[in-house]
Amino acid sequence: MAAVEVKNISKIYDGNTKVVDNVNFEIKDKEFVVLVGPSGCGKSTTLRMIAGLEEITEGEIYIAGELINNIAPSKRDIAMVFQNYALYPHMTVFENMAFGLKIKKTSKADIIERVHEAANILEIEQLLNRKPKALSGGQKQRVALGRAIVRKPKVFLFDEPLSNLDAKLRGQMRIEISKLHKKLGVTMIYVTHDQTEAMTMGDKIVVMKDGVVQQIDEPIKLYKNPKNKFVAGFIGSPTMNFFTGKLNVENNGFRFTCANNEFTIFIPNNRAETVNINNTDSLTIGVRPEDIIINSSDSASIKANVDLIETLGSESLYHLNIAGQKFIVKSTVHLDKNITNDVKVSFNSKNIHLFINESAI
Amino acid sequence: MTNRKSKKILLNLLLILIAVVTLAPFLWMISASFMHDGHASTYPPSFLPDKFTLTQYTKLFTKLDIATNIVNSFILSISVTGISLFLNSMAAYAFTKFRFKGKEKLFTILLSSMIIPSQVTMLPLFLMLKEMGVINTYFAIIIPGLANIFGIFLIRQYAQAIPDSLFEAAKIDGASDFQIYSKIFLPIIKPILVTLALFTFMGTWNDFLWPLITLTDQSMYTLPVAMSNMMSEHSKDPELMMAGSVLTILPIIIVFLIMQKQYIKGLMMGSVKE
Repeated sequence: MAAVEVKNISKIYDGNTKVVDNVNFEIKDKEFVVLVGPSGCGKSTTLRMIAGLEEITEGEIYIAGELINNIAPSKRDIAMVFQNYALYPHMTVFENMAFGLKIKKTSKADIIERVHEAANILEIEQLLNRKPKALSGGQKQRVALGRAIVRKPKVFLFDEPLSNLDAKLRGQMRIEISKLHKKLGVTMIYVTHDQTEAMTMGDKIVVMKDGVVQQIDEPIKLYKNPKNKFVAGFIGSPTMNFFTGKLNVENNGFRFTCANNEFTIFIPNNRAETVNINNTDSLTIGVRPEDIIINSSDSASIKANVDLIETLGSESLYHLNIAGQKFIVKSTVHLDKNITNDVKVSFNSKNIHLFINESAI
Repeated sequence: MTNRKSKKILLNLLLILIAVVTLAPFLWMISASFMHDGHASTYPPSFLPDKFTLTQYTKLFTKLDIATNIVNSFILSISVTGISLFLNSMAAYAFTKFRFKGKEKLFTILLSSMIIPSQVTMLPLFLMLKEMGVINTYFAIIIPGLANIFGIFLIRQYAQAIPDSLFEAAKIDGASDFQIYSKIFLPIIKPILVTLALFTFMGTWNDFLWPLITLTDQSMYTLPVAMSNMMSEHSKDPELMMAGSVLTILPIIIVFLIMQKQYIKGLMMGSVKE
């Protein structure tokens, strides 16, 4: 059992710069948890505190029920994969993978067996005698994974391991790591700034901003029910469209009027029933790009100018604006890229998110 | 096109001329060391020995006991190089990879000591070593050369390019600080260590003034000191002097040829994208 419990941890540099602020989360045994957020949000620092590479200013971290605050990194039974692979350049792949075991004074036969076992899992047996400089980025990352596997740790830690790879390889390695998680059945904590990686790999996602946890949830719940505007904007690609305006009561629902009074959206009662009508000044609505219908024949559709059309193959991204209010629409409908006319759009009001003062309602 | 060709020929001729001017004294030194007594000072001077002889070398080893001086020079150069590389690299490791209060200030203070000319420190250093009772021993040369800020600076500059994650990975792998230093840090900084080793070895081997001050017994003399002594006693034997000079520079040339590849790697480090 290797559950990880992070209790009220904070990291303060030079007595006043708080980069991690009272972070709490629990990771169940064998769970794959992704810490995600923009640069400088404290996700890597949190991971490094779990690894023992950064001192914990406040709070406690438990691995398998044991308090590890004052335990050396090597005694925490963890393995870490770094963004830049961190392979020892003067050692062969075999020596890189065997280094930790040699330090632990594992028997030679055992080392050979474990290295070959890991190399077999990762299909890098033919690379064992090569030096890191003779490997491609993807191969280096596999070796880094292999170095982690041979140690048979309780918890795997990944610090943006795919950031240095090109898009195609990143996609492949994402699948490899997910498969590896299933195969090994161990706890994994994965740090990334890429929301696609977070969504596709994590059993659970911890979204962080400015050192503070914004929301912890399963990927789909995070996508459908973001707790605040930040999470709503961070998760999902292209990002959610936001419109500020006012909400007024109407029969069977509410009507949202955009700040520039250029358009209104009717929100039926079942969606807006939780809104406190007294707090409706300066309200923001969030609409995912796929919840805006292009070329709509709806009577309530609104005219929008086309700024740009990006054709992705199976779908297209429409960069539109209504009187300067910019937004993106994702649709399987393909219009001519050189279209100059206005298009009509309507909003799927069932999936509209409402935010007051950055928080969801 | 012809103009370009002739320019190239001119440039090559000029380079050959410079090379000849630079090499001629060295080649003559080697040639003269194989000449008979008096042949080097004949007029007009001859560039090659009329009859090849090893007399001068035999004299150096039999009459002047230069073997002792060679051994002295080797003991001191190897000791200073070995110990200073070890201590300089350990200090550089600490200055590069450890986090401690006042690290940068301490390094700046140490670095500023480079502006003090070595001649200024000679007298106080001599007095200190005298207090320690090590004058006229090998320690008088070894102790001041144990560590120097130039070496620490050189290694530190090189080591700063090594990503911290390498050391962190080793830490997670269970390596102690000394294991990280010896198994990760040292092998990675090998090119700069070779460069520094060459600098230190050459510096100690060629050092004249400090051994002259601190070594009083002739049996303790290093090669340059012995050569200087020889100059005053055998000034009329240029062939003997040249043989001594050849023996003095020979180890340096051999060491350089052995380490050449790594040395250039160290000097080039960071200048080109790898």
